[in-house]
Amino acid sequence: MSHFPPWKILLIVAVTAFGILAAAPNLLSREQADALPDWIPHRQISLGLDLQGGSHLLLDVDTGALIREQLENMVETVRAELRTARIRYEQLGISGDSVQVVIPNPEQRTQAEEILRNVDTGTTVETDEGGRLVLSMTDEAIAERETAAIDQSLEIIRRRIDETGVREPTIQRQGRTRILVQLPGIDDPERVKKLIGKTAKMTFHLADDNANLGDATSGRVPPGTMLLPMVEDQPAGAQPQQILVNKRVLVSGENLLDAEPTFQQNEPVVSFRFDSLGARRFGDATSQNVGRALAIVLDNQVISAPRIREPILGGSGVISGNFTVTDARDLALLLRAGALPAPLTVIEERTVGAGLGADSIAAGKLAGIVGVILVAAFMAIVYGFFGLLANLAVLINIVMLLGALSLLQATLTLPGIAGIVLTVGMAVDANVLIYEHIREEIRNGRTPLSALDAGFSRAITTIIDSNLTTLIAGVVLYTLGSGPVRGFAVTLSIGILTTMFTAVTVNRLMIFTWYRRAKPQLLPI
Amino acid sequence: MFRGITLVAPNTKIPFMAMHKVNLAISACIIVGTVLLLIFKGLNLGIDFKGGILLEVRMPQAADLQAMRSTLGGLGLGEVGLQTFGTDREVLIRLEKQEGGEEAQQAAVAEIRGALGSDVTYERVEVVGPQVSAELFTNGMIAIAAALLAIMVYVWFRFEWQFGVAAIVADLHDVIATIGLFSLLGLDFDLTTVAALLTIAGYSVNDTVVVFDRHRENLRKYKTMPLQQLFDLSINQTLSRTTMTAATALIALVALYIFGGEVLRGFSIAMIWGIVIGTYSSIFIATPPLLYMNVRRITGAQDAQAAEAP
Repeated sequence: MSHFPPWKILLIVAVTAFGILAAAPNLLSREQADALPDWIPHRQISLGLDLQGGSHLLLDVDTGALIREQLENMVETVRAELRTARIRYEQLGISGDSVQVVIPNPEQRTQAEEILRNVDTGTTVETDEGGRLVLSMTDEAIAERETAAIDQSLEIIRRRIDETGVREPTIQRQGRTRILVQLPGIDDPERVKKLIGKTAKMTFHLADDNANLGDATSGRVPPGTMLLPMVEDQPAGAQPQQILVNKRVLVSGENLLDAEPTFQQNEPVVSFRFDSLGARRFGDATSQNVGRALAIVLDNQVISAPRIREPILGGSGVISGNFTVTDARDLALLLRAGALPAPLTVIEERTVGAGLGADSIAAGKLAGIVGVILVAAFMAIVYGFFGLLANLAVLINIVMLLGALSLLQATLTLPGIAGIVLTVGMAVDANVLIYEHIREEIRNGRTPLSALDAGFSRAITTIIDSNLTTLIAGVVLYTLGSGPVRGFAVTLSIGILTTMFTAVTVNRLMIFTWYRRAKPQLLPI
Repeated sequence: MFRGITLVAPNTKIPFMAMHKVNLAISACIIVGTVLLLIFKGLNLGIDFKGGILLEVRMPQAADLQAMRSTLGGLGLGEVGLQTFGTDREVLIRLEKQEGGEEAQQAAVAEIRGALGSDVTYERVEVVGPQVSAELFTNGMIAIAAALLAIMVYVWFRFEWQFGVAAIVADLHDVIATIGLFSLLGLDFDLTTVAALLTIAGYSVNDTVVVFDRHRENLRKYKTMPLQQLFDLSINQTLSRTTMTAATALIALVALYIFGGEVLRGFSIAMIWGIVIGTYSSIFIATPPLLYMNVRRITGAQDAQAAEAP
């Protein structure tokens, strides 16, 4: 036990030195650390949002709306297909998660089923006795749509956030229908939330000038049109004006190439440019409908409905709508980034101001330093010189823990700091176990060397035991925990591993090295 | 060279086993008390588990809670909890989970922001919707159950069944007693509390294991010593380690409680209490059940087998 072969000493020293080296970049400024060459550890501990300030948003993609839209499209397709095939149908509509239609003529049912089967590869068709055909989307098809929608949402959210200039945002899928957005350094996430929350689906429609608006508002909306609220020129709090527009979409935002905020007659406006397809459609529509009003619809609200004075053939135009400068800038940003495939809801928000984060770091540091000093003083008083050696081991332990956090790029959170402080308090347990055993062996009349040997070897099983139980708790917490609490699990678990190394190996090396030099008759313990 | 001092005299002969009935009775009272508390008072679930809104704001001048109460109370968002902390400009605003699903939570925050005006700095905004809070609660409970189960499996592999059962009894005792403290004091029970409970579960077993290891050692060493006397001997032998470890952990935790800030206070309280009760249980509660589970015979049989094997 007391004999260390040279390779072992070398290994222990190398591991320790590496741990210290890994922690060293944290002493430098961020820029200095980034400038370090790649072959030496140059990573710094990454702080959680609760320490550096920032916003954590969990968004839920409304896949229900997505599926509903899918089913509505399916109804239209079924209608068109059956019409083309001249099959009489009744009661076509959505019922629950499926589209249903009744084919009254039994002879046409097989043909209808054949047609409907080819409507969409992701659907199943079932017929019941009464001639009712039920089209349902398969689970795989639904999952596929959801994944596609979420991937697209991720991309669009990323584009929107990138345009706001937030540094190093995290945007990732979580679970089936959720998106996690983390925005470090943001104090006030309101603008970002507004930008993320908008679907930003823009479409151009013709306004219906002929119909009677009074009839429509009282519930008699003419077929093929829809009643939408106007946002233009609307005094705050007033009942929004409404306008009837054709359901048919002339051009949609998908065909936009670019959008920029600009000024027209000293008013903030958004100028836009279509791609070639959009430009052609827009040109056709404006040529055929000079003199009529063109409704620009964003998320089911009419932004403005200017009259078409002349055909617009160049594929570009201007949206005016009583915007403020910020409105125009944000609208242009949203149009550039594209529309979300489904609405998003914020289901969890945790925002911490940078000031509060800095306070937390300061408090955590203070608690850590005071904790270390008090524990170290206590150990020195109780175990004397051996206590000092244990303290040195604890210091190395903390530095190695910080090094491991930097290397692994684990996120340090406020509970994580609590985990470090707790590690300090519990790390000395291993030394306590060893030292108590040594004292016991001395009382039993053993010589110093054999007491040291016996102390270390008897304590080792207990040390492993006791650390394993805490490690179990740490791993479970890491697996099932979320957010800052995970940071606690990380520091606690890594802390246990570094403790096992420093308290047992490093400390033993120090003690036996000292013993061989000093050759004491009595152990200072 | 300085040799240090001995905190606990080496040859204590405290008759722990003699008082085990009293201790078991005290612990039984704690457990029953916790159950009663949970039934009649319940836990004060924090925002993580209950959902709701928590805002930490800094006012431009000293906060007028009366005025704030009437402004925010007039919004019709349910009961508004207000509390200053730190300086008199910092106010903690708490709202219950809003009716009307996920969107309603964000709408409520927007209303409060509107009502408080633009001079206010928002240091912390936490909004947890109904879905997320329900999930966090379920996950928290699963985490506690899974950790206890994993520790049980470990103890089961590590010890003869009697020791395993006794260690788990002591462990559950500590976790339950900590939950009881949270109910009694009405402290926020949230994610960090769950983290503390798991750590306590780990610490408590670890503490017990050290004592039990000594029991087993002594069982092999003193084949004829009466159990009660033998258990007293091991507990006394490990007493200085038990107290030293508790002391260092407590020192670190008290530093954390005093200097670590508001957010970690609940965690620190839970841990401090957990260390105290964990130490108490490994000295007084974990061993007595062994008296009733026929320990000697089985261990003796294993020894005999071990001796026969070459």
